[in-house]
Amino acid sequence: MTMSIAHLTRRFGATEVLRGIDLAVDKGELVALLGPSGSGKTTLLKIIAGLDWPDAGALTVDGEDWLAKRAQDRRIGFVFQHYALFPHMKVRDNIAFGLTVLPKAERPAPKQIAARVGELLHFLQIAPLGDRYPAELSGGQRQRVALGRALAVDPRILLLDEPFGALDAQVRRDLRRWLRGVHDAAGTTTIFVTHDQEEAFELADRVVVMGAGRIEQIGRPDEIYDHPATPFVARFLGLTVELPVTLRAGRAEAPGLDPSALPRRAMADGPATLFLRPTEITPVPDTTGPWRVAEAVSTGALLRLGLEGPADCRIEVEVPRRAGRGLTEGQTVRLRPEAGQIFPRQSNSDGASAPAAKPLSSVKESSL
Amino acid sequence: MTASPPPASPLRAKRVLPGFGLTMGVTLTYVGVIVLLPVVALVLKGAEIGPARFFAILSAPRTLAALQLTLLAAFMATVFNAAYGLLMAWVLVRYDFPGKRILDALMDIPFALPTAVAGLALSALFAGNGWYGALLEPMGFKVVFTIWGVAVAMSFTSIPFVVRAVQPVLEDLDPQYEQAAITLGAHPFTVFRRVIFPAILPAYMVGITLSFARSLGEFGAVVFIAGNLPMKTEIASLLAVIRLEEYDYNGAAAIAMTLLVIALLLLAVSNLAQARALRYKGKTA
Repeated sequence: MTMSIAHLTRRFGATEVLRGIDLAVDKGELVALLGPSGSGKTTLLKIIAGLDWPDAGALTVDGEDWLAKRAQDRRIGFVFQHYALFPHMKVRDNIAFGLTVLPKAERPAPKQIAARVGELLHFLQIAPLGDRYPAELSGGQRQRVALGRALAVDPRILLLDEPFGALDAQVRRDLRRWLRGVHDAAGTTTIFVTHDQEEAFELADRVVVMGAGRIEQIGRPDEIYDHPATPFVARFLGLTVELPVTLRAGRAEAPGLDPSALPRRAMADGPATLFLRPTEITPVPDTTGPWRVAEAVSTGALLRLGLEGPADCRIEVEVPRRAGRGLTEGQTVRLRPEAGQIFPRQSNSDGASAPAAKPLSSVKESSL
Repeated sequence: MTASPPPASPLRAKRVLPGFGLTMGVTLTYVGVIVLLPVVALVLKGAEIGPARFFAILSAPRTLAALQLTLLAAFMATVFNAAYGLLMAWVLVRYDFPGKRILDALMDIPFALPTAVAGLALSALFAGNGWYGALLEPMGFKVVFTIWGVAVAMSFTSIPFVVRAVQPVLEDLDPQYEQAAITLGAHPFTVFRRVIFPAILPAYMVGITLSFARSLGEFGAVVFIAGNLPMKTEIASLLAVIRLEEYDYNGAAAIAMTLLVIALLLLAVSNLAQARALRYKGKTA
């Protein structure tokens, strides 16, 4: 199955939740919709499922117009964030549900349904749990049952809403690998929603980064990690240090900045903002450096440094504690970034002349 | 092994809310004086009669007819209330429409209205020259002075039990269950039958049981519309009153005891059925 979404918009009252989504998903792909809460990713998932309807746009699957189809007729598998297992049905009956509600002509015989359920229980490694009620299961087990229920109807597309959101960290990591295995073995096309970038990057073939109702970037995990396409993606992926720089011949220049490790960019000269991860900046002690260590806090493995620089800039960097022995409070330094992303400074948007390293909460949607 | 377990902490855990002893004491006293004692007195009074006399009273044709009428009419009223109450609760929870709050408030009128007023109003409506009666009687359907009248009065006073029992459960039902069922291919009626109805069933049964129990005991509204003809439209509670007025305390007590036993049995059956319907919630991992 191939799915294509074009110019999809959705508004709730005055709020635009989706502002023109274009996306194509190929057969067998595992795609993550990644974004902060309120970015519209769950709404997009619900529209694909048929649980919500767009105000405009198109959604086609293998050439069929899905917006003309009810959710019942789309043959999808949807896994809810809190699983929504039917509490009054045993695990076995929960998984069989999708098969038992098929129209009489298509419904398999009870024996076949039981066989299919047994197969799924085995496949999902929950064979002993068939006769329990959902209330008697742990979170991870419920997650597996929910997936089994969705897979039982042999869905054309599997949709998961924050599939690991309600689980604790260890179970989450285990299930992540397991889900990848299930996806590969079942051969379905899968789209899942998450706000956790680690989850998206580890699991997905392609990641769709969403912000405020728009798709900010689509790409393979490494691609996005190394080359965030917009300031929004950069901030969301942890490039939280923002330095005002001047671009000259593709190289970022700023007082006390050693850009030798950064590749040259084919960008026009002018004011720009350099986005950096706190862990990818090395402060080099330099008696004439314009940056000064104002604060040094150890977290055990890391030394978290608060640096004060020219024009009231204040940034936070993290270095391995052992590498940072010489960095005591009051020390002046130069900055040597290992990697970073440069975006031209917007005249009317944030980062124009404001001090760098703003807290994430003040991030506004730029007009990119 | 000589080491004994350490003695329990001498400090009693303090309760967060004070006044447990006082409130519990008052509650128990109240329950004893107002609820339990009368029931016990009734049972003792009934026991004095002796089994032979007891059965003689009950098997008298007039008593049997009254009990039969009461049970049958209560059953009819409950069937109606079960169907209509569910519908009403559904409409009140699932749809938004102007006047919804007024309709919601109207549902309490049968509780708030003095039953005698209800009985008077109903008999005026269903009488041969009343609004409904004028329509129904030419069609050969007589309500006043028949079992239908008894059932109508019972139904009127007990309808809120079903609505008010189902409504909150339906309101709290997580829409995710229905959405899950829809994504799995279930059509609306299947969703109701397999997902929604099982969820509200325990509360629904409570409502139905209470509605039936209330109908069994309904007196005020019924006596106005029933005509109270011995052997035909005389309900059991009324017969108990008549016996009392005849200074036949044993007769009154025997009838009252029978009603009590039926009500208690009903309550027990309903609780068992509920426990069964809720068995999936029992053992939580």
